[in-house]
Amino acid sequence: MPLLEITDLHARVAEKEILKGISLTVNPGEVHAIMGPNGSGKSTLAGVLSGRDAYEVTGGEVTFDGHDLLELEPEERAQLGVFLAFQYPVEIPGVNNTYFLRAALNSIRKYRGEEEMSAPAFLKLVREKMNVLHIDQSLLNRPVNEGFSGGEKKRNEIFQMAVLDPKLAILDETDSGLDIDALKTVAEGVNALRSPERAIIVVTHYQRLLNYIVPDFVHVLSAGRIVKSGGKELALELEAQGYGWLESGSTSELVAA
Amino acid sequence: MEFLLKTDMNSEKLTAPNSYLRDFTGTDTGSDNPGPSWLSALRQNAAARFAEVGFPTRRDEEWRFTNVSPIAETPFTLATKAQSELSAEGLSRFTYQDLAGTQMVFVNGHFASDLSSATFPDGVSVKTLAAAMADNSPLVEKHLGKSAKFDTESFVALNTAALEDGAFVHVAAGAILTAPIHLLYISTAEAGPTVSHPRTLIIIEENSEVTLIESYAGASGQVYFTNAVTEVVVGENAVVDHYKVQRESEKAFHIATMQVSLTRSGNFSSHSIGLGGLLVRNDMNAYLGGEGIECTLNGVYLGKDKQVFDNHTSIDHAMPHCNSHEIYKGILNDYSRGVFNGKIFVREDAQKTDAKQTNQTLLLSPNAQIDTKPQLEIFADDVKCTHGATIGQLNAEALFYLRARGIKKDDARALLTYAFASDIVRRIKVDAIRSQLDRVLLAESALEGIAE
Ligand SMILES: Nc1ncnc2c1ncn2[C@@H]1O[C@H](COP(=O)(O)OP(=O)(O)OP(=O)(O)O)[C@@H](O)[C@H]1O
Ligand SMILES: [Mg+2]
Repeated sequence: MPLLEITDLHARVAEKEILKGISLTVNPGEVHAIMGPNGSGKSTLAGVLSGRDAYEVTGGEVTFDGHDLLELEPEERAQLGVFLAFQYPVEIPGVNNTYFLRAALNSIRKYRGEEEMSAPAFLKLVREKMNVLHIDQSLLNRPVNEGFSGGEKKRNEIFQMAVLDPKLAILDETDSGLDIDALKTVAEGVNALRSPERAIIVVTHYQRLLNYIVPDFVHVLSAGRIVKSGGKELALELEAQGYGWLESGSTSELVAA
Repeated sequence: MEFLLKTDMNSEKLTAPNSYLRDFTGTDTGSDNPGPSWLSALRQNAAARFAEVGFPTRRDEEWRFTNVSPIAETPFTLATKAQSELSAEGLSRFTYQDLAGTQMVFVNGHFASDLSSATFPDGVSVKTLAAAMADNSPLVEKHLGKSAKFDTESFVALNTAALEDGAFVHVAAGAILTAPIHLLYISTAEAGPTVSHPRTLIIIEENSEVTLIESYAGASGQVYFTNAVTEVVVGENAVVDHYKVQRESEKAFHIATMQVSLTRSGNFSSHSIGLGGLLVRNDMNAYLGGEGIECTLNGVYLGKDKQVFDNHTSIDHAMPHCNSHEIYKGILNDYSRGVFNGKIFVREDAQKTDAKQTNQTLLLSPNAQIDTKPQLEIFADDVKCTHGATIGQLNAEALFYLRARGIKKDDARALLTYAFASDIVRRIKVDAIRSQLDRVLLAESALEGIAE
């Protein structure tokens, strides 16, 4: 059974239709990359999947692990195992990073019928994951994302993902703005989480990240539609040709993989 | 002169302020009291003043947003000593279980010796004002009624006209007190609406250090009126950490004036925490009368239902090189209303003043409301004065971020509300008060452990 099944999804924001019929099937263990130019709807798709209420779904269906995903509150989706790494992680002054993450983890565990994690067990888990992502201890004791550099924010997202252990991770441009070292660290963190049970959707503008996180499938999103799907080679072709061919409206220029 | 007239339902006659004097203070003229003659004079002057001005109305600039006519319209009577019994068990609801230190308890304005600490630490004298006056304490005569202005403030006049007893705290020069002193004013209005006039005089001598807590509390559902006046005199180079925790009954009226006088190098911090009451007015006035003073006025209040919280603060910089910092934060739910009026005076001599005022309000309901007004009057030219006010709702992006991590909507709201207040909460040095506030802020959310 697919983990995620998106069928003919339409969505709009502020009266403007953004997603114009997206269909996508993601099985456990797979890594999908979604690429596309600015404004093509990548974040909108991520937002619709995670339950952001600015978007209005006007048609289509999304099934996640047997549930009608679109019927659920954002927290229920997270509890079921959907994780969104934000393109722009939010700064939350006054909320300590560690306590926030523990509250999140315990809320998810509670939903799954597991016991709350004790403070010492939690700290042990956190230390383990921190090492993988080279997260500085001091970031944990600061308010969520407040005063973090761009790279720290992105690493913090992946760190949260590692702690929360989702079934489906959607990474929205987690690579943008990172220098090569930070990019490798993030990729290492993501690769460490690849498993036969987990699926990952990597949303990105650039091919570069996909050198380090090698996807099973690549999809090209343009003006709210998936205009091309293929294997990992598709990303390289895109890189070579740029997104210009999309605007010219001729998809035939792109050699099929 | 404007004053409210009371309509007597039975006789339909209009009643002038004198009748309030009788009902609210037990005297028409302030003359009948057992204390020293200077006290009689003080009471009489205050009573005469109240008879002249009566209650403020909304035409009075200082009361523009707060209508006190519900106080005038409620048939309050002065709580008697006989009505002021409280068992140790009854007390436990209002004390902090885990608060180290000593306490002095008043029930309906009357001292309850059986509920109070028998002894106080070295370096501090804590007794009733009545006892201090019986001992002819020159300090009491020198300071009582001197800084809290009954000539301009109606409610101070009413309190002063009724002045018989109260708390007297005297910290000796050089005394360093590690555990807090808790003054607890409890109201029990089982016999009908009663009024009490808690009066506190705190004198802190030079080079000493002390933490003081004033609590005002009452049983849920009871209608009463607390009309409190506190005068604090801070000596040179003394360090004072003051907490006012107001958790009156949700049907109570609470009107209070706190007047602080500081001298050279004094360091005074106030934390005003407002949780209870139906109609609450706090006047917090600090006079910075020496060089090198540090004065911090912080406040946080949580309104729900139809509560009204009116905070008026005034910081009077009279001398050079003083710093004042002020942050007041309101969290308003349901139909609650807040008022913030923050005055900062910088007198001609007060060069090199650094004054910073912030007022922030979180509106959790579309029906909640805040009126905020900074009022800076600056007569010196080499000073730094800033003020800022923000009014906002919970950040929708932050709310979504928390929910996207699996935190339930209500918990996420509680967490962000907690975060809003956190910079005030963090500055609270008394653990028992901080955890009390944590509990209230995170009430009914699954997040209690968050604030550990
Ligand atoms: N809240 C909003 N209000 C109005 N328009 C919006 C809103 N959010 C997105 N849009 C519009 O929807 C379109 C798609 O935006 P989206 O953020 O999904 O693109 P994207 O592919 O993620 O782009 P980028 O590469 O810049 O991140 C854009 O034209 C954008 O301007
Ligand atoms: Mg985007």
